[in-house]
Amino acid sequence: MACTQIIGTGSYAPSRVITNQELEQRVDTSDTWIRERTGIQERRQAAPEEATSDMAVQAARRALDMAGVAPEELDLIVVGTITADMPMPSCAAFVQAKLGARRAFAFDVGAACAGSLYAMSVADQFVRSGQVRRALVIGAELLSRVVDWEDRNTCVLFGDGAGAMVLSPSPTPEDGRGILSTHLHTDGTLADILTIPGGGSRTPMTEEAVRAKLNTLHMNGREVFRFAVRALVDSTQEALASHGLTPGQVDHVIAHQANARILDAALERLEIPRDKCWLNLHKYGNTSSASLPMTLDEAHRAGRLQRGDVIAMMAIGAGMTWGSAVVRW
Amino acid sequence: MSTSAIETKVKNIIADQLGVGEDEIKPESSFIEDLGADSLDIVELVMAMEEEFEVEIPDEEAENIKTVGDAINYINTHKK
Repeated sequence: MACTQIIGTGSYAPSRVITNQELEQRVDTSDTWIRERTGIQERRQAAPEEATSDMAVQAARRALDMAGVAPEELDLIVVGTITADMPMPSCAAFVQAKLGARRAFAFDVGAACAGSLYAMSVADQFVRSGQVRRALVIGAELLSRVVDWEDRNTCVLFGDGAGAMVLSPSPTPEDGRGILSTHLHTDGTLADILTIPGGGSRTPMTEEAVRAKLNTLHMNGREVFRFAVRALVDSTQEALASHGLTPGQVDHVIAHQANARILDAALERLEIPRDKCWLNLHKYGNTSSASLPMTLDEAHRAGRLQRGDVIAMMAIGAGMTWGSAVVRW
Repeated sequence: MSTSAIETKVKNIIADQLGVGEDEIKPESSFIEDLGADSLDIVELVMAMEEEFEVEIPDEEAENIKTVGDAINYINTHKK
């Protein structure tokens, strides 16, 4: 069967930079502490008038430009996000309207930091089946509006941004390039280690819930760290093995930028050299679902990805959700 | 595995994870105060011990592992 190919990538980061030094003024933390534990030096924050779909559209336009695809040619838009503009309708609906992608059906996928990998996998199935010819996959997240800016354990970690990719059936199926496979997993028994507990049907957004900060992100960092390292290793080994590939044959790792220490620990266990993993979390922090397509776009625009290269993608997020993909570029 | 073999292996793991010399690693050494570990180093140390000895160290137990001796005792008690 013909593979789905990634024919364009784009990303967008808001211009406002929040450095570690600025955070030192807000909470009891230090630049050294943040850098040593996370690798993050600064992150971006959306402007007050910006919503998630605004960032998503910026990234999407860049990806469409690169692909040479007009918005009217799109059949499908899938947005991975947990910080949509509003609970209803989806972020994808706003993106569709702003792009003028009249023909596309559009919906969101909620898989937290693994959201863009899930979204890519969903879009890939539609393209492979022939139902869709041009799909736009976006990861966009405005986490600065859901973090507790008084919680030094979480507010230093996250940033805002958006990344996008355009998918199409491979024009040259004989060369075997494209998304070879995606491998998704969920363990809902671990739902409570990473949550935004309020604002849903369990605990609606009341004044009391907001006072208790249930509308902000809560994380058990140790549990997440331990689980993340092992899950990323397992799904990446599974993904590579399904194509008879070894970690030594991986040319690039494009990973969700959660934490440099998580990635280091996972790469060490996978026996993949660190320099094969494109890192940008020092500049953007953890941008949740946006990070994987932003990272792919950066590596691509820097000219690092050569035709035929093997790319291992991996992501992990709340749920817990995680997965890996193998792409021949 | 004998008690002394466990002790040697635990010290190897600590030396490897924290990048410290084995002569610095004493039972009373505190990971954070004496061996320069941070909170994530301890998480990684716990993971390395779990993998080496095939034991599971729950988070609430891991929080009580503060010294080299604590780690050795934990493995001695829980290793099957």
